[in-house]
Amino acid sequence: MYFGLSEDQIMLQDSVRRFLETQSDLEHVRVYAEGDDALAGQLQQGLMELGVPLVLIPEAQGGLGMGVLEAALIQEMLGRFVTPSAFTPAYGMAVAGLNVGADADQRNVWLGRIAGGEVVMGVGVTEAVGAREGAGVTLAGTSVSGRASFVMGAETANHFLLAAGESLVIIDRAADGVRETDLTTIDKTRKVIMLDLENVACEVLGGSAQPAVETMVNVGRVLLAADSFGAADMMVQKAVAYAKDREQFNRPIASFQAVKHMCADMAAQLEPCRSLLWYAAYAQDNVPEEGPLMSCMAKSHISEVGKFIARTATEVHGGMGFTDLMGLHYWFKRIGFNRQLLGGPEKTRHDAAVLQGFAK
Amino acid sequence: MNLDFTPEYEAFRSEVRDFLETHKESAPRMSDRGVRSEKRKAWQKILLEHGYAARTLPKEYGGYGAAPDALKSRIIAEEFSRAKMPGGISGQGINMLVPTLLELGTEEQKQKYIEPTLTGDMVWCQGYSEPGAGSDLAALRTAAVLEGDHFVVNGQKIWTSTAAQADMIFCLVRTEPDAPKHQGISYLLFSMDTPGIEVRPLMTMTGQAEFNEVFFTDVRVPADQIVGKRGEGWMVANATLTHERGMLGDPDAALSRLNSIAEIMQTETIDGAPLMDNAVYRDRLIALQGEVYAMKFNGMRLTTYANEKKSAGMAGMIVKLQGCELNHRLAELAIDVMGEYGILFEDSPFIRDHGMWQTAYMFDLGLIIGGGSAQIQKNIISERGLDMPREPKVAKK
Repeated sequence: MYFGLSEDQIMLQDSVRRFLETQSDLEHVRVYAEGDDALAGQLQQGLMELGVPLVLIPEAQGGLGMGVLEAALIQEMLGRFVTPSAFTPAYGMAVAGLNVGADADQRNVWLGRIAGGEVVMGVGVTEAVGAREGAGVTLAGTSVSGRASFVMGAETANHFLLAAGESLVIIDRAADGVRETDLTTIDKTRKVIMLDLENVACEVLGGSAQPAVETMVNVGRVLLAADSFGAADMMVQKAVAYAKDREQFNRPIASFQAVKHMCADMAAQLEPCRSLLWYAAYAQDNVPEEGPLMSCMAKSHISEVGKFIARTATEVHGGMGFTDLMGLHYWFKRIGFNRQLLGGPEKTRHDAAVLQGFAK
Repeated sequence: MNLDFTPEYEAFRSEVRDFLETHKESAPRMSDRGVRSEKRKAWQKILLEHGYAARTLPKEYGGYGAAPDALKSRIIAEEFSRAKMPGGISGQGINMLVPTLLELGTEEQKQKYIEPTLTGDMVWCQGYSEPGAGSDLAALRTAAVLEGDHFVVNGQKIWTSTAAQADMIFCLVRTEPDAPKHQGISYLLFSMDTPGIEVRPLMTMTGQAEFNEVFFTDVRVPADQIVGKRGEGWMVANATLTHERGMLGDPDAALSRLNSIAEIMQTETIDGAPLMDNAVYRDRLIALQGEVYAMKFNGMRLTTYANEKKSAGMAGMIVKLQGCELNHRLAELAIDVMGEYGILFEDSPFIRDHGMWQTAYMFDLGLIIGGGSAQIQKNIISERGLDMPREPKVAKK
């Protein structure tokens, strides 16, 4: 029995950490957030060289054939450095969805293209979690129509993998009948869009769509939890460092119990989340009967702890935390964004209740 | 990650299961907590013989002499919990005094005290806290003055559990009144039958006297009944505090509490519908479930750290704070979902689960305060875990 990371997993996470420390420092994040996409390409290239996009792609299709735990460790680092990246949709959810929902030929073609870098997928499964305002995409023959809302991965995608009723389909972003509406969200490090489709040609995946969509949601929830965990961990570290540096009443504010106890509360709530995240990610591949429940537990609980840390770490920074100078708000907003996508805590807990037969 | 146990450990698990199956008639009820219970002592004897109590303690002092193995300890805890059978006698003598004597006691003290403590024949209480020395334990004032070959002890202790039943006390006293407060303390062992000791039960909000006050008036203790040297008592006591944190409980206790609440919510009704149909109650249950799982996996991580003989760091430091808080909130939810039935107490008609939820709700608040209060835990987490500075000392006027 060994509950922890392997040496390889630690090395993988460290290599991503070292790359992001220099390439995704706050100044870079700011430049990206102000609309300079060149930087995103550069980051993408670097992550590609580290093999990050290949993590979930099977070796047969040119990938690394690793598991959701490895993906979560990468995502934790992306959250930690508020890195502009579509890793969750493009290389987590889309790859997991194709692994389950595509037939053998489609797997070879699409996963091969993703591994080769020619295809980058965005994903639209919001309506499979909960359809607001009557949104949804329907399939008729080999074309799709309707609205997919809050489609993830729009910053880099050239194709989209969409839930369409009982099916899972791929569309080309440049196809006729695709109308995009850019959305401005609190989080300038990731892009979601509205997609309105009118008879858009699509390729229907040949495998079973329902389990594939569920896998995409489960993996997506684990990765959003990992992102929030990484962001929250960094916020605690920043709050502690700031409190040690900042002096009032002739002493560092870190020596006031009122401030220390805020930091202790953050650390005490966050630390068990690390173990929950590891297990939830591990369960997706290794304890399949617990995978869906654990993705709900990780997403809902880490969203709640993340929210608490986002506000508390900001408070520890005092007025500076509220300013743009400090840049702390990038982490605050990242956590806020993750919380709502693929089901907020109440929705996710409801799903957990259904899974256990506690609700219909 | 590898959550499987090797065949060697699975064989050990079967061994534990066989043991429990063979001896189930000998086990006392889980609720039998009496420190003088003959049934518990007989059970303890069986456990000692088979290495399920005092497992890693040296044979020469009545232990089983097995090498420390965190995975085997965990398997034992899991299997006893699964079988709903009680483990061995715990209590402050076994958990705190015995490890202290092994580390710092004289050979004579080890020979005299360890074995009868393990068998349950010698019951101990702990004389640490005082009315004026709680979180600031080192401010304790119970005085011990050397007169000839005896210390003469005067003062008062509080929060002393099992004082009324105890044969012996391990007690912190001030022997060097002029030394700085941490350096003036000594650690004494003496009989609770010594003249001059008065025990008064301390009734708490649960309606039970789980604790006592103990008063010392000219209590004469032979001078060789000291562990460590004069003035080293603080260091000796801190050795036991480390052991207290090392205690291994039921790894799934919070999860079984949560499952009991889920069962109440599925079987009890309001307006003809199960409580579980109430979306607000249900949401609270599932929110707590997330926390319960987080703590369960944190516990598995701690087992791995112990097995690898690595420091658990933050994952270990937060357990007392988070674990007590979580248990308290589980009891709070149980009471809230039961509504009016939740306020029934003691031996009331219609009471659910023998009133354990109200008792737990109150007693767990006591646990949040005792054994290092939540505020002290937060100081430890921030100072040792996050490397934040101590609060500056206020200059004496």
